[in-house]
Amino acid sequence: MSSKARLILDGFVKNNPTFVLLLGMCPTLATTTSAVNGLSMGLATLFVLVLSNMAISAIAPVVPDKVHIPVYIVVIATFVTLLQLLMQAYTPAVYETLGLFIPLIVVNCIVLGRAEAFASRNGVIASAADGIGVGLGFTLALTVLGAVREILGSGSIFGWKFISGDGMLAFVMAPGAFICLGYLMVLFNKYLKKE
Amino acid sequence: MVAVLSLTCLLCSAILGGAYALTKDPIDKAAADKTARSIALVVPEFDSVSEEKVATLDDKEYKYYEAVKDGQPVGYAIVSKAGGFGGDIVLMVGLDSAGVVCNTSVLSHSETPGLGAKCTSDEAFMAQWKGFDPSVKILSVKKDGGDVDAITASTITSRAYAKAVETAVEVFKSINGAAVDASTGASVKPMEETENEQ
Repeated sequence: MSSKARLILDGFVKNNPTFVLLLGMCPTLATTTSAVNGLSMGLATLFVLVLSNMAISAIAPVVPDKVHIPVYIVVIATFVTLLQLLMQAYTPAVYETLGLFIPLIVVNCIVLGRAEAFASRNGVIASAADGIGVGLGFTLALTVLGAVREILGSGSIFGWKFISGDGMLAFVMAPGAFICLGYLMVLFNKYLKKE
Repeated sequence: MVAVLSLTCLLCSAILGGAYALTKDPIDKAAADKTARSIALVVPEFDSVSEEKVATLDDKEYKYYEAVKDGQPVGYAIVSKAGGFGGDIVLMVGLDSAGVVCNTSVLSHSETPGLGAKCTSDEAFMAQWKGFDPSVKILSVKKDGGDVDAITASTITSRAYAKAVETAVEVFKSINGAAVDASTGASVKPMEETENEQ
């Protein structure tokens, strides 16, 4: 396996940000009320992660150590704001659902975490691969969590309703998010991580 | 150190400034489209909609739009809000020229998913606003002695919804107060008759 593919797979499984590293819990718990919401949040984070990883790995050699955190945050915030403007302009419906959580990607520790731990020490291509891997891992985790909560809580999947009436409402609300996340984490770590 | 930080900030601001300029028009257009869609949803059939107007009631300002057909105002879409369970529920309330509610549409809310959030999906709850005549029915939930069917287990949301509609009705009266008294029967009906003859 080539090293780039290895990097992507690592981000997806071994370093899965949600189920293994337990990073970015706030958007994970808050936006996964349905599979579509989870997927959109995951893709939004993926976008920022890949671009900020690439930009940071490119500028890292010239950034003095003392100011590297402020510089990284400015770079990340720029991409997040860019994403926010683009979503507002071209996908207003998605923007409305995710609303508050888009600006909060700035403080998502996955993004700064990858910038610090990976992008600042590796080349642009490798950092992009790492961003894609971790971003996809995050997207997968959020989509699965969203789907499970949607199935249990609303009796539907990706908006397609298969029962009439309500599901178990608790799963749409915060307690259900914690319960689902806990069980998914157990399953993920038992069956996938050891590979 | 200072140079790198300043340069980064300068570059980032430049990128964002550019992006803002590029996306400003599509963003405004998306917002305008959304408003236009909610107006079309809540007022009777119309030819054109007026620019945004502002009415003042009890020192608060309310935005509204006038729907015009054949030169006659046929309805008003009024933006009003009330505090629900999780925050403000902002509604677009459509009234015809006689002050009867045509329909309502939720512009924004932060109610609990699966409970209060049903104010945007519960068909029975939403349908009751079509043709709701505030001069005959009482705008509060049945629990409080009114005529509004509340959403199951979401009385607070339903109360806020009714309150917002009530506010819109008050705004309508203040906009239209004098005009309705003078012209309801007199000026609107002849128009309909001419239409039928054609």
